[in-house]
Amino acid sequence: MHISSVLWQFLVKWLTNFALYPPEASKIAPQFDALYFFMILVSLIGLTVVILLVTSFSIMYSKKRHPVAVQIEGSTMLEATWTIIPLGLFLVMFVWGALIYFRVYTPPANAMNIYVVGKQWMWKAEHPGGQHEINSLHIPTGRAIQLTLISQDVFHSFSIPAFRVKREAIPGRYTTVWFEATTPGTYHLFCTQYCGTDHSHMIGDIVVMTPEDYKKWLQSSTSGASLAQNGERLFASLSCAACHNTRPDARGPNLANVYGAKLTLANGQATLADEAYIREAILNPSQHNIEGYAPIMPTYQGQISEDGVFALVEYIKSLNSDYRVQQTTTTTTLLPESEGKTTPAGQKPAGQGMVKQ
Amino acid sequence: MSDSQVVTGNEVVVHDAAEGAHHEHLPYQRHHFETYAQQSDATNFAMWLFLLTEIMFFGGLFTAYLIYRNWYYPAFVVASHQLDVVWGTLNTLVLIISSFTMAMGVWCAETRRRRGLVISLSLTFILGLAFLGIKSIEWGEKIEKHHVPGFHYSLQTFLDPASDPKVHKEYPKDQPLRLDMARHTEIYFFLYFAMTGMHALHMVIGVGILVFMIVRARAGAYTTGHVTFVENFGLYWHFVDIIWIYLFALLYLISRHP
Amino acid sequence: MSSSTIVSLPDQSTARVPKMNFISKENGLLSWLLTGDHKRIAILYLVSITFFFFIGGALAGLIRLELLTPQSDLMATDTYNKVFTMHGIIMIFFFLVPSVPATLGNFFIPMMIGAKDLALPKINLLSWYLYIAAGILALYSMMTGGVDTGWTFTTPLSTHYLNTNVVSTGLAIFIAGFSSIFTGLNFIVTIHKMRCPGMTWFRMPLFVWAHYAASILMVLGTPVVAIALVLVVLERVAGIGVFDPTKGGDPLLFQHLFWFYSHPAVYIMILPGMGVISETISTFSRKRVFGYTAVAFSSVAIAVFGFFVWAHHMFIMGISNYSMLVFSLLTMLVAVPSAIKIFNWAFTLYKGSITFETPMLYTFGFMGLFTIGGLTGVFLGTSGTDIHLTETYFIVAHFHFVMVGGMLMAFLAGIHFWWPKMTGRMYPEKISQFAAVVTFIGFNFTFFPQFILGTLGMPRRYASYPPEFQILNVFSTAGATILGVGYLLPLLYLTWSLKYGEIAGENPWQATGLEWQTQSPPLTENFPAIPIMDHEAYDYEWLEGQKEKVASVG
Repeated sequence: MHISSVLWQFLVKWLTNFALYPPEASKIAPQFDALYFFMILVSLIGLTVVILLVTSFSIMYSKKRHPVAVQIEGSTMLEATWTIIPLGLFLVMFVWGALIYFRVYTPPANAMNIYVVGKQWMWKAEHPGGQHEINSLHIPTGRAIQLTLISQDVFHSFSIPAFRVKREAIPGRYTTVWFEATTPGTYHLFCTQYCGTDHSHMIGDIVVMTPEDYKKWLQSSTSGASLAQNGERLFASLSCAACHNTRPDARGPNLANVYGAKLTLANGQATLADEAYIREAILNPSQHNIEGYAPIMPTYQGQISEDGVFALVEYIKSLNSDYRVQQTTTTTTLLPESEGKTTPAGQKPAGQGMVKQ
Repeated sequence: MSDSQVVTGNEVVVHDAAEGAHHEHLPYQRHHFETYAQQSDATNFAMWLFLLTEIMFFGGLFTAYLIYRNWYYPAFVVASHQLDVVWGTLNTLVLIISSFTMAMGVWCAETRRRRGLVISLSLTFILGLAFLGIKSIEWGEKIEKHHVPGFHYSLQTFLDPASDPKVHKEYPKDQPLRLDMARHTEIYFFLYFAMTGMHALHMVIGVGILVFMIVRARAGAYTTGHVTFVENFGLYWHFVDIIWIYLFALLYLISRHP
Repeated sequence: MSSSTIVSLPDQSTARVPKMNFISKENGLLSWLLTGDHKRIAILYLVSITFFFFIGGALAGLIRLELLTPQSDLMATDTYNKVFTMHGIIMIFFFLVPSVPATLGNFFIPMMIGAKDLALPKINLLSWYLYIAAGILALYSMMTGGVDTGWTFTTPLSTHYLNTNVVSTGLAIFIAGFSSIFTGLNFIVTIHKMRCPGMTWFRMPLFVWAHYAASILMVLGTPVVAIALVLVVLERVAGIGVFDPTKGGDPLLFQHLFWFYSHPAVYIMILPGMGVISETISTFSRKRVFGYTAVAFSSVAIAVFGFFVWAHHMFIMGISNYSMLVFSLLTMLVAVPSAIKIFNWAFTLYKGSITFETPMLYTFGFMGLFTIGGLTGVFLGTSGTDIHLTETYFIVAHFHFVMVGGMLMAFLAGIHFWWPKMTGRMYPEKISQFAAVVTFIGFNFTFFPQFILGTLGMPRRYASYPPEFQILNVFSTAGATILGVGYLLPLLYLTWSLKYGEIAGENPWQATGLEWQTQSPPLTENFPAIPIMDHEAYDYEWLEGQKEKVASVG
């Protein structure tokens, strides 16, 4: 008795590939799976109850067995039972699910931030150290990683099934998600929001490495300048320092320590200066006039790509430590005052390459 | 409004199934209704329901207006100052008077005054045309100034108010907008054109139906007891009027105080 | 006739279809195209939606064929994108939304409440013409280049990044929307104003309650998607900036406007089907529906709650966590009335006298498959699980379970149940039972693997996929083939039965509704005399007393 080799191959392929759920590769994945399996259990029980009721009633009360029907109006007690029990179960799921949701979308303060821009039809990841990746993302285990996502064109969605996380990349605003990888390996990255012709090819790899391997990778794929340094050059080339400098008569607020600070807008509202705020302040300054400063900042919309905005945001974030403040002052003298003059958009310093691992 | 007919046993209405049997009902009562009162009730209810759908339809635009005005208030203020309040007020008066003439028309129909009905409907028609005429003048001005959203939209008057002497004289305090806020005036104008355009479309339909009604009214169709058509159209006309009043307030009167 | 069926037909050797009925009353194409008779309009709709169903089905076949292999090798990805878009648009707007309301609802709501017609027959005809105009425009769009936005028309993809027939398709859906609004409007006015003497609200069949609830949704929800599509068209044609971030517009605004309708739309689609199930489960158990009031109110509750849950389609799109809490909670609340109905229907079987004719088989299929579909909806309404499952094949499986396993099965149950009333003839029982079973098996094979695919992470709207997903896709396609057979069979045997089916007589199922107390097919004016409702709904004891009374014009 032998099974032909083709059938055997098929069987092996079937058994090894026949997973019912993706690998659990992040800290939140087991929590997700717990809720998911609870819901499957409840659904199975519910379905079994319904099927049992229907089947047993159909047998017990078939016309042959039970020729005369008994007219029954209803039963408030039963109605209450099958209202309250499902409602109770659903509410449990609601609360449990809401906890997981909050966890996935509330990054911890110490998360390492990686910027991702989605565009038709590729993902570009920018590490703070200046590494760039297309359609892949290298991350270490044991470290909270936050992704700051945006789209250059249409809606995309950054999905890592193995981590059980997914987040829409929207044109015009940042969205964030965070995770902590637990198991080294290579996992699928999908775009899951239909985005046009090559939607199904906007896929890639999430490469999870041990911290040592990750360090090695960082060193080998650096482009020579960190994201903040690129941002600094952009800052200079766009003449931001003409107003944003440390001089006492500066026209714009000093950007040192501005990231994470609570600012007061001209209309009295308080706002938190996070990444989204900084991006908005660069692209739509009219809506973010700061108290005490004249509303004269011009918009840079159309002059910078989203990659460039990432670099600027990262640079401004880096101004939270003192020595960078000095850097800001020095770059003031690099270029002449030229407010409002258009500079070539998104100018990237030389030596920057796109490195795919 | 009575919803169902109470059974007393004495009011069973029986119709002959045989062909050609003459029914005891008014000539303008449709066959599937038992009584004219039922027909009148049903069509009236249907019109109210239809107006509810219209509210939901405009609702989407009002929602967009609420959101964008909240976000881009300075742009909305400056853009709204481009609208001529005189024309707007005149249009509002025109419509309010037309609602009055329409209500008069309904009264005439109910009291079987054929001539009065024809006059009322004709006045309403003329006022409706007047509204559309004024609206087209306003739109013409916007087109000239390149304030129609889209490919030929011009930001110049918002970046440099002095380039528009007429409006600048009226609102000397309006500051020039910075580029990013100026771009948002296009959103205001899109809302302006979409909302007044949708409204104008409803006016055009109304005016068209008025023509039909005037012809029928002259033939006496609505003054023999069959008033529901006029009543229901009156509802429609008043609704279109009310929408305009909201549009006037929301689009024309943003920050107009001196 | 064995005792395991309740079918009671007149003596076939002498029985004839009544000479005078709504079909024979007038002949000629114009008498159909200019009719005000709700029954004729229902037949017009039935033919039209069947046509569109098979076009949508053919597109589904193409999708499944492409997905047999991991590569995008059957057609260009652009073509695939057009195929799934058109499949969705045709199935939703041109089949599911009008399916039960415009055919069975149109035909039977007036009869069930003892009226001669709907309140606004001309508007009813206008509804059909709007539907046809919309359908022609949609087909035209499809044949002159197609549209590839996805049925959800997500901006800014649909407004700025595609050069296909977005505008004409958007307009087609706009027009179809008004067809739907007018149908709903007609139903609400009819149910309020045209009930016969004695027909109080709580004596109406639950089919009517279900349509009332669905009509509220149609009337209040559809205008919002209409304006959303108008804005998309304006954005494309004139570049107004409403959804363009560079001009200050917000693409998320479109999502809100679109889903504000499209979520209630799913209840528009399922509620009438639930109405059918109430009728069939009662008839084939010979019992009043268990908890009539609960079922009636749960229909309205679904309609009301259904308006407040739309953002559960947007959980990962950047709505605030607090919005999520509100919408997720409300989604849990809207799930409960559906559960109530399932249990009420199950308990209708208790101490009944059950037979298993074809409508009942479809009913059982509905109950099982809708339960699965509805429960998986809870997976998606729970925000934490939605993060992983949304935008994958889990969603595709979920909505096909509720729409195809639920709604389409209910539609077929209704068609078979009322076929004798509409045509005067019975369908062939054995082959129809076979088709029902084939459909059920094919359906499960097609769509259950898709739950697993979704959990594994396979995204939706993908023309190509990682090779490890192939086996499940092959299962799914195999099932689709079986499912196709299951849907073709009724088309064939129902058409056959028009000429060769047994004469049905007035009340072959011995059912209690007013529509069953008159001839089959009915007269144009439905009843020889306006009925007086002096008994409760599903009153089988009253029916026993009526057994000798038959009034038909021969």
